[in-house]
Amino acid sequence: MISFRDVTKVFGSGTGAVCAVDSVTLDIQRGEIFSVIGYSGAGKSTLVRLVNALETVTSGQVVVDGQDITALGESELRQVRAGIGMVFQQFNLMKSRTVASNVAYPLKVARWSKERRKERVAELLEFVGLADKARAYPSQLSGGQKQRVGIARALATQPAILLADEATSALDPDTTQDVLALLKRVNQELGVTIVVITHEMDVVRSIADRVAVMEAGRVIEHGPVYDVFAAPRERATQRFISTTLRDRPSPDALERLRHRHPGRMITVAVRENDGRGVDVTAALREHGVAGSIVFGGITEIDERPFGSLTIEVDGDQAAVDALIADLRRSTDVQDLGTREQPLGDDPLASAHVGAARDVGAGGGP
Amino acid sequence: MNRDWSTLTPILLESIRETLYMVSLTLLVGGFLGLVLGVLLYATRKGNLLENAFVFAILNVAVNIVRPIPFIIFITAVGPLTLATIGTTIGNDAVIFAMSIMATFVTARIVEQNLVATDPGVIEAARAMGASRFRIILTVLIPEALAPLILGYTFLLIGIIDMSALAGYVGGGGLGDFAIVYGYQRFNWQVTFVTVLVIIVIVQLAQMLGNWLARKALHR
Ligand SMILES: Nc1ncnc2c1ncn2[C@@H]1O[C@H](COP(=O)(O)OP(=O)(O)OP(=O)(O)O)[C@@H](O)[C@H]1O
Ligand SMILES: [Mg+2]
Repeated sequence: MISFRDVTKVFGSGTGAVCAVDSVTLDIQRGEIFSVIGYSGAGKSTLVRLVNALETVTSGQVVVDGQDITALGESELRQVRAGIGMVFQQFNLMKSRTVASNVAYPLKVARWSKERRKERVAELLEFVGLADKARAYPSQLSGGQKQRVGIARALATQPAILLADEATSALDPDTTQDVLALLKRVNQELGVTIVVITHEMDVVRSIADRVAVMEAGRVIEHGPVYDVFAAPRERATQRFISTTLRDRPSPDALERLRHRHPGRMITVAVRENDGRGVDVTAALREHGVAGSIVFGGITEIDERPFGSLTIEVDGDQAAVDALIADLRRSTDVQDLGTREQPLGDDPLASAHVGAARDVGAGGGP
Repeated sequence: MNRDWSTLTPILLESIRETLYMVSLTLLVGGFLGLVLGVLLYATRKGNLLENAFVFAILNVAVNIVRPIPFIIFITAVGPLTLATIGTTIGNDAVIFAMSIMATFVTARIVEQNLVATDPGVIEAARAMGASRFRIILTVLIPEALAPLILGYTFLLIGIIDMSALAGYVGGGGLGDFAIVYGYQRFNWQVTFVTVLVIIVIVQLAQMLGNWLARKALHR
């Protein structure tokens, strides 16, 4: 649906030049929710603005729906833009127009007749749950409502692609979930391909099928969300993941854990392996080891379980070693050692890098 | 005194009419041309819709040169142009011509400054919808800035009333001329006082109307 082929975008020239997008090659499939995550200044907005030619490439090609848009002139580009919806962090509604008039604007641009416009606006406001706000002005709406209007407006001309640049970043957590649910509906019910720009891994986890991680203009890692979560290769990706899951103790938390639990601790990754979960309790029983859960968290990513449990294990050393070896056959286990002999002081990095190796070696079919 | 006012009142009324005529025509012509110039000034600025460094530089310099000239000097300075355009350098029409030019440049800056405050995100959203630049200017840029623009035009209107007081110097009429001829030159302080009062009332009404319209345009 959208292909970036070795795309580079440089702002300015000479010593002041900024390479906002650096040799990006990426394919976004029809019908998927594709998410681009990265820190501020990574080039996410620039990348997405290349899709509807709000920015033009310095080199490379952007192909949208089979058409190389880098070769088009301004009036043809307007045509392309009209077929791509866009939602913004700051909503960007026209304050001088009512909700209905804001939603009708792209239809006017696309020369829809007055009757069809009216019908379509009513339909859209119904879809986003704001039928009663048609005559309100944006200043009379909450942030979440404004973004719903933004989404209705972006969908007005029935685009095949929706670009959402930090669409939830100005919203509170509850409203964020509402808006994400709406985007998911747009994707599932209307079949719209959605590109979601965000700096929050929570957003990626909630709705994306695939994710690309950007750093300094480059896409450093991309793939299905579950795979990237399960086996992040890059440090930046690991940091993003740790901000949303918080299932593994941070160095500080580990310090406190060791204080309370002097015994040996292990962190067991909980994943879907060949469709089965990891039966930790059964393993403990089998090896005659007592265990108490001291830290952890399990969530769902892409409708599959994901997380880890940190367990203080109590038994003789040979039994515990056998337990760990046994668990490692089906999942990734990190040995944190004991208070006297600690291991793995940087659980974040070692655990996830370990995960990459383990999954790569043992998890594949 | 009474007899004095019975002859003065019709003249005063005629002067009010002349002032309103000069002011409204100038507001119309200068206000419109200034709007066009102001939009161009805004849009050709770096990073905006019609970015064009050359056009921007020329317009910017032109506005900066014309605006600070005191009107009483400007009115004679454009004399040749006035003569060429409307055939005379004296009378109300000559004043209207000079005022319209000055108002155009003053308005251009006022318009530009008010447009700068519009949210670039809204313009970007319209661009993303495939709207042409011309359409964006007419249907997004100006409507979004309408409230401050109305206040800007109110300010302009008062400036024009101020300029129109000088019409008498080149054989024009209006309230300024009335105050000078019947008040100042005849040592009739009362006439000056009444004229000032009339001008205050006109300005107040204009300001109230402007505030009211601006509030309506704000939708808050
Ligand atoms: N119009 C522009 N002119 C010059 N530099 C720009 C322009 N737009 C973006 N940049 C630069 O390009 C880089 C990437 O910017 P971009 O807005 O794409 O980042 P981002 O990942 O969207 O960041 P954020 O999360 O803060 O929105 C930054 O260094 C930015 O300063
Ligand atoms: Mg951005």
